[in-house]
Amino acid sequence: MTTADYERNMVLATDTDYKVIGTRPVRHDGADKVTGRAIYGADFDAAGLLHGKILRSPHAHAKIISIDTSKAEKLDGVKAVVTSKDFPQSESRKDQWLKDNILASDKALYAGQAIAGVAASNPHVAESALGLIEVEYEVLPPVLTTQEAMASNASILHDSLTTEELGEDTGVVSNVASHSQHVKGDISKGFEDADVIIEREYNTKTVHQGYIEPHNATALWSPDGRLHVWCSTQGSFVVRDSLAELLDLPVSMVRVTPTEIGGGFGGKIPIYVEPVAALLSRKTGAPVKIVMSRRETFEASGPTPGSQIKIKIGAKHDGTLTAAYAWMAMEAGAYPGSPVGAAVQCVFSTYDVENSTIDGFDVVVNKPKTAAYRAPGAPNAAFGAEQAINELAEKLGMDPIELRLKNVAKEGTRRPDGPVFGKIGAKEVLEAMRDHPHYQSDKAEGTGRGVSIGFWFNIGFDSACNIAVNKDGSVNLTEGSTDIGGSRTSIAMHAAEVLGIPVEDVRPSVVDTDTIGFTAVTGGSRTTFATGWAAYEAAQDVKKQCIERAAKIWDVDANGLQMEDGVISSKSDSELRMTFKELAEQLSDTGGGISGSASVNPSGVGGSFAGNIADVSVDPETGKTTVERFTCVQDVGKAIHPSYVEGQMQGGSVQGIGWALNEEYFMNDEGTMTNSSLLDYRMPTSLDLPMIDTVIVEVANPGHPFGVRGVGEANIVPPTPTIANAIYDATGKRMTQLPMSPGAILSVSPE
Amino acid sequence: MKWIDFEKPKTVEDAVKLLSDSGGNARPMAGGTDLIVQLRVGDPRVNADVVVDIKSIPELNELSYSSSKGLTIGAAVECYKIYGDANVNSHFSALNDSATLIGGTQIQGRASFGGNLCNAAPSGDSIPNMIAHGAVATIAGPSGTREVPVEDICTGPRQTLIGDDELLVSINFPSNGSGFGANYIRFIPRNEMDIAVAGVGASVTIEDGKFTSAKVSLASVAPTPLLVKEAGESLVGETVSEEAIQNAANLAKAAAKPISDMRGTADYRKHLCDVLTRRALNTAVERAQGAS
Ligand SMILES: Cc1cc2nc3c(=O)[nH]c(=O)nc-3n(C[C@H](O)[C@H](O)[C@H](O)COP(=O)(O)OP(=O)(O)OC[C@H]3O[C@@H](n4cnc5c(N)ncnc54)[C@H](O)[C@@H]3O)c2cc1C
Repeated sequence: MTTADYERNMVLATDTDYKVIGTRPVRHDGADKVTGRAIYGADFDAAGLLHGKILRSPHAHAKIISIDTSKAEKLDGVKAVVTSKDFPQSESRKDQWLKDNILASDKALYAGQAIAGVAASNPHVAESALGLIEVEYEVLPPVLTTQEAMASNASILHDSLTTEELGEDTGVVSNVASHSQHVKGDISKGFEDADVIIEREYNTKTVHQGYIEPHNATALWSPDGRLHVWCSTQGSFVVRDSLAELLDLPVSMVRVTPTEIGGGFGGKIPIYVEPVAALLSRKTGAPVKIVMSRRETFEASGPTPGSQIKIKIGAKHDGTLTAAYAWMAMEAGAYPGSPVGAAVQCVFSTYDVENSTIDGFDVVVNKPKTAAYRAPGAPNAAFGAEQAINELAEKLGMDPIELRLKNVAKEGTRRPDGPVFGKIGAKEVLEAMRDHPHYQSDKAEGTGRGVSIGFWFNIGFDSACNIAVNKDGSVNLTEGSTDIGGSRTSIAMHAAEVLGIPVEDVRPSVVDTDTIGFTAVTGGSRTTFATGWAAYEAAQDVKKQCIERAAKIWDVDANGLQMEDGVISSKSDSELRMTFKELAEQLSDTGGGISGSASVNPSGVGGSFAGNIADVSVDPETGKTTVERFTCVQDVGKAIHPSYVEGQMQGGSVQGIGWALNEEYFMNDEGTMTNSSLLDYRMPTSLDLPMIDTVIVEVANPGHPFGVRGVGEANIVPPTPTIANAIYDATGKRMTQLPMSPGAILSVSPE
Repeated sequence: MKWIDFEKPKTVEDAVKLLSDSGGNARPMAGGTDLIVQLRVGDPRVNADVVVDIKSIPELNELSYSSSKGLTIGAAVECYKIYGDANVNSHFSALNDSATLIGGTQIQGRASFGGNLCNAAPSGDSIPNMIAHGAVATIAGPSGTREVPVEDICTGPRQTLIGDDELLVSINFPSNGSGFGANYIRFIPRNEMDIAVAGVGASVTIEDGKFTSAKVSLASVAPTPLLVKEAGESLVGETVSEEAIQNAANLAKAAAKPISDMRGTADYRKHLCDVLTRRALNTAVERAQGAS
């Protein structure tokens, strides 16, 4: 491998005219985290705390005939046992499904599904009590893939699930929850016009986000009817609202305090143990804590789906794409709601293709209900589409990046699923890839090189922020976005930039649902974009009040004053000058303190593109792939804190590499996961990876005051096809299945 | 996890007495890197009421070498001591292939070859290496001590012929002459923290360009680590050559009886026995030739 003379982390910046934005300060929560003082959910303790454990179904598909908890209830030290009967009556089928995923009622639909919860004076007693609960099952054949589930003679998961076909309920009972279709242009004409057509089917397995901290929650249901929950979550307001819905409470009766969070990647958006802890607390009057084990986290939280994807694309000899077709079926898990809808929005969005059709199927199977995982659905789709593009490039004799550049989507391009792009950076990402020393270098002997690009649309939604000025010139910033990747500091940097003060003078806190305005999940790459914007607005509010206060003190017109770099001054009279700190000292004597606040729901969301270049070598005798060199290029709009952005790019790349090479839910014929440990669920370790080089591309998003796009997700989209393309280049083998494990690579013949 | 008593005897006799008095419900503990994990998850195969910590018994901490007696490794000697030992490094350096492979630095600070052997996992990374070295175990029981070749110790997955009232004391490695070389390698899809999909221990002695002795032993491809006698015997008397080594690899592959599971299919594991036997023998030959 040649290590050319280049910077490992490059920032191709557009606007450097900032004081705080674009710098790399130490994070506010850093000291607590590296010294072990930060409080995570499992650290939580309270007087009289009881410990909860959950009995889970050993069967992937079974009718629940009866549950007898009487023996468990009599065990010394057991304080309460709950089952689905402890939930209030459901009002709809959907409502019942939500509850069934927390505690099953009539059917167990995956191995690991919760059946009953026990609270006891210590975890060992609770565990023993689980063994005393008698459940009678009628075991049914499990359905484990979309192929099995869509077969005409498939065992049916839900008698009440009828297929929705293009928005209409067909009334037909099946495992297909819905079929959607997006049509642009005329696909048959597009293929008629094509000189070259590539067509293939790809299959991927269920994979888990692999956060290190398992799910956990402590609940205390007070005698006054108020429920307080402490938990590790990506959205304290989601937990509040879901609990209110499931337990039939007004939201004002539920308070959720988010603890520090040890990873989520989308998997900590849904709730699992929170309602069980709440029901147990209501029965006992005591706080009840439940912490999942690693095995429970694999078998009973929400992974991202296995999928079956058919791709057909056509192009002219000159490389112009004429048609693109995708057929995608994704496993929803036990209840409807796979990410196929998001996959549809991403599969061909990098390209400006005149004719496209995309069919998406949401299919229930006997596996845990899927949850979000970084750009949910998009990596599955890209694994197919981006391999097809490389295959096409080879057939046409074109460079794969040039082929992509020839067809790249730009501002004004209509996506296959409808929306028209605003300002985007797909072209800039591809150009940065092409020009990168990695792509320009010769491949080392025996290695193969792959490239690809991926898209994620990002989201906006509600965020709130409060800023209060302290008399020493610092500010307290409170917000409601649970901090997974350093967002506390990035958000504080928005405020510091506006106020012209050092970010160290901003004290950011993530607070509970009683203390801040509604804030949507930390997900969809929205947090720095939307909560950062709320901080920007709240700081503007503070700034405006500071100027007004100075005007009052000086007895001049506020319109003649300005506040820049933390100094309030008159535009005309150079004598009138006061620092933010000096003003802060006098607030109490000049009319009282200043605090600003903002609630936003920004619409100017900017999607993000990420591309990879990877060099791999494959041991011809064992099939083992070694990633020799890996570069991630992403358009981030504006990197508020470049180190955290690079961390996201590297993290997404690493998770994508794991997904590409070894990660999978290994299910036996009974539908039980046989590798539910970190030993056998093979995520890459640091010894399995090269340094991930990054290039930050900044094509400012006009929809955000500093140009932010949101960076958490697009970077997991390209790794699987990039690695597949590199393996092909190294071995001549076209890998159409994930994972591309050593045994799988050996079993495929070169093309 | 239930309540468990803890004992720390200072002599082999006391340890054996504790084991035989407990009616089968005591477990010896060396580093505990298998035992504690198994107790925590409530593994039904280790239903212990008493844990007998054997790390304070002198014989179990012995690490000594003489050309007449060979190398003796006490049953509780940790991996880091093995690869830090001058005699191991000059006379038995291939043992380090296993000592540096088991777990990571932290695990190697506690894990022992003795524990690895008594745990009897088909994938135990020190066992095929010990077998290839012709190692012999010394076992103490209520009626005295006995010596058993390492290849006979494991009788099934996590089963050994060491009785509930017996204790592995040490493992002895006979001196090897000049022209000796050995190697242990395993295949894992990752580079760390993984269980061998297949592993091969090999040793050879070469005189005048010919094999005068050879042993091949396999991990993870049968209910126990396997000594493939015919593979080693096929080499004896042969001139060192690619063909001879490939022939031994074919015999190793034929002897493997793997299962298919989440770590690999049976076919893939058999294929790996061929590849790894060839690679291990080649390294052993290189080392033998470097040594002579
Ligand atoms: C993170 C991690 C990584 C690991 N990686 C590897 C690896 O790469 N390769 C590998 O092979 N193993 C690995 N292991 C397993 C384990 O570390 C090894 O098997 C180790 O050699 C066990 O030695 P120990 O001294 O800790 O044994 P212990 O856990 O103390 O004992 C193991 C078993 O042997 C019995 N026993 C111990 N000593 C005696 C004795 N003198 N007489 C009779 N019975 C006895 C115990 O009762 C127990 O049943 C790993 C374990 C962990 C936790």
